[in-house]
Amino acid sequence: MPALNDYLLVSGLLFSIGLAGVVLRRNIIIVFMCLELMLSAANLTLVAFSRFKVTANDLPDYDGQMLVFFVITVAAAEVAVGLAIIVALYRARQTIHTDELVSLKG
Amino acid sequence: MPSYLFWLFATIMLIGACAVIAFRNPVSSALAMVTSFVGLAALFIGLSAFFVGVIQILVYSGAIMVLFLFIIMLLDLKDEKRRTESYLPLVAGLSLVGIFFIQLIGVLSNKLPNQSAPILDKATLAAAAGDYPEGSKINEALTNGKLPDVHLIGETLFTQYNLPLQILGILLLVATVGVVVLSKRQTN
Repeated sequence: MPALNDYLLVSGLLFSIGLAGVVLRRNIIIVFMCLELMLSAANLTLVAFSRFKVTANDLPDYDGQMLVFFVITVAAAEVAVGLAIIVALYRARQTIHTDELVSLKG
Repeated sequence: MPSYLFWLFATIMLIGACAVIAFRNPVSSALAMVTSFVGLAALFIGLSAFFVGVIQILVYSGAIMVLFLFIIMLLDLKDEKRRTESYLPLVAGLSLVGIFFIQLIGVLSNKLPNQSAPILDKATLAAAAGDYPEGSKINEALTNGKLPDVHLIGETLFTQYNLPLQILGILLLVATVGVVVLSKRQTN
């Protein structure tokens, strides 16, 4: 049986990989995918804690899984809106590379 | 979940995640992401969170990734060119990750409570059945030694978390309207 530490380690690694992707990649769609990876890492932590918590009747603690449910729903809405923004951006600028979007640069 | 399965799925998930940022072609990245999410869903199912595992596959690997692939196709993206400019972003990114990793080691080197999960065997489940009304589906399944994961989530969602659920419905409505407004071609 893997311990709680193992789950936290794997989830932390997944979060780090997502963060590295957000900082390193220039394609805004990949950046967006890496954001999803980071959200999923948080979900893994939540589910692990929900399973490992000792509750009164020894069933998993469903409060944590509720938060995962809400996170997944909000992520779905966020992806829909974000991709619509990316399409609008591409129409206006013909690029989705973050290096070339410099109109706010001082 | 046996240890070797945990490490197998965790490895699949992490390799998929690395592939997302390593591939130059966005379509390859999207497919690597599907691999990563399938591994993650397997980990969820190993944690007895069957419902969350299934919606992870349905919503992420199904809906969200298809949406990503659709947008990539729509924009007709080329492979990203190799960059030649300064290494400042690389250094910043790696140091961020390094700091996070040190923090992670700091957390994990402390002994956490609840090192082993409560065992969900038939006796535990049957004992928990008393908390739910006689004759209900949850009670029946628990008495038979099965974990009625979806029923328990539904029960929590529609009683304790009813108001957040309604607010979530409004959020989805707003998102739908927003997407339609955003993707409508400007005509004036």
